[in-house]
Amino acid sequence: MTAIVKAYGVHKHFGHLHVLKGVDLEVAERELVFVIGPSGSGKSTLLRCLNRLEQPSSGSIEVAGIDMLSPKTDINHARQHIGMVFQSFNLYPHMTALGNVMLALRKVAGKGKAEAETLAQAALDRVGLADRAHHRPAELSGGQQQRVAIARSIALEPRVMLFDEPTSALDPELVGSVLAVMRDLRESGMTMIVVSHEMGFAKNAADRVIFMDDGLIVEQGPPAAIFDTPAHERTRAFIGQIQQH
Amino acid sequence: MTAWDKFLDAFFNAKVMAKYLPDILAGTLLTIELAILIVVSGILAGLLLALVRSLSFRPLNLLIIFVVDLLRSLPPLVIIVLLYFGMPSAGWSPSGFMSTWLSLSLVLMAFSEEIFWAGITSVHKGQWEASRSTGLGFGQTLMNVVLPQALRLTIAPLTNRTIAITKGTALGTVVALHEILGMASSAVSNSYNPSPLILGSAAYLILFIPVVIAARWIEKKYSWKR
Repeated sequence: MTAIVKAYGVHKHFGHLHVLKGVDLEVAERELVFVIGPSGSGKSTLLRCLNRLEQPSSGSIEVAGIDMLSPKTDINHARQHIGMVFQSFNLYPHMTALGNVMLALRKVAGKGKAEAETLAQAALDRVGLADRAHHRPAELSGGQQQRVAIARSIALEPRVMLFDEPTSALDPELVGSVLAVMRDLRESGMTMIVVSHEMGFAKNAADRVIFMDDGLIVEQGPPAAIFDTPAHERTRAFIGQIQQH
Repeated sequence: MTAWDKFLDAFFNAKVMAKYLPDILAGTLLTIELAILIVVSGILAGLLLALVRSLSFRPLNLLIIFVVDLLRSLPPLVIIVLLYFGMPSAGWSPSGFMSTWLSLSLVLMAFSEEIFWAGITSVHKGQWEASRSTGLGFGQTLMNVVLPQALRLTIAPLTNRTIAITKGTALGTVVALHEILGMASSAVSNSYNPSPLILGSAAYLILFIPVVIAARWIEKKYSWKR
């Protein structure tokens, strides 16, 4: 197994807060890793360190062969290979769905207008929104907005996709459409790291589940092992809590 | 002569108005010229300062904040007078036109910088993150994602401030500038009749009402549902 994400000894301090306390994470190509844990456990921060939206205080991070923390790395170039999907979608409200997807294709990947448009249209098609290309985000449902956000990332053909609670801001009836797109991505062989509490999805789609608490990885393993027979008391308590909902 | 006739003779004297109309028109042209210069240079300088401020370079930002606060605190008239009557002793004698243009541009720069800055900071952090995460650089994100959203928020306050400051061209009278008010008041002194002031007011209305209407139109055009 070749690891496409290699993070070792990652620490992150926010002032006095010690959010990540030495996390080691390797993710293999085509692997889908789920990260769960109570709020404040550092799972989102870990994800944001991987594409350096947060600057780790110490440690090393390599993604797709690129040393993310080296000052010599062109971080904008590196980020093209790492897609990220946010809890609050963060679509650009002043652009259409197509415009949202085209922006980085044009400005980062350097595609011409016609080619960018073709690629963007194809990406929207892939998330089932070809017919919404000319709609503004405000004219789309939450689930559609999140799918546009996924299209915005996959249009750049990333090597790894990071999902930061992609369905937490959605009404329950809209979650399914986003998970369907994620499942499709998974089947196409995309390497994915997903911070989420969608247990059902984790159970049948994840290769590995990581439980984080208090800035550390407490335990990890196949979904069945983590959900049904967790080794640690903290994992058991957390899974018990979220399964009540 | 009844009181009503006296009033008409004083403020709407057709003969006086006809005589001084060319002067008022000349003053109007000068005001338009000056106003355009002030709006363009003031707003561009303000935008530039706001963009520089977004680089978050602390010493530079402290300087910007200091200059902006200073300019916002001083009455524009004081700045005009300082430039026109004060600078000659420092070896530079700006004309009345130059003094008024520079002063009002500086004041508009200060206010518009604050307005642009407020617009930039009001754009949600997630917008920056989404753009940066797809590989756009700081400048690309600022110009393509943040600024278009910020500008939309700034249009209403910016227009109000611009109109307020541009009307300050009338302050140019104190430095012998022959803009609308200057022309009107010298016409009043020469004719012993205040009618030219009515002409002057009409000129200001004709000048600024379209600007106010245009502002409403722009505001509407650039609004979108969030």
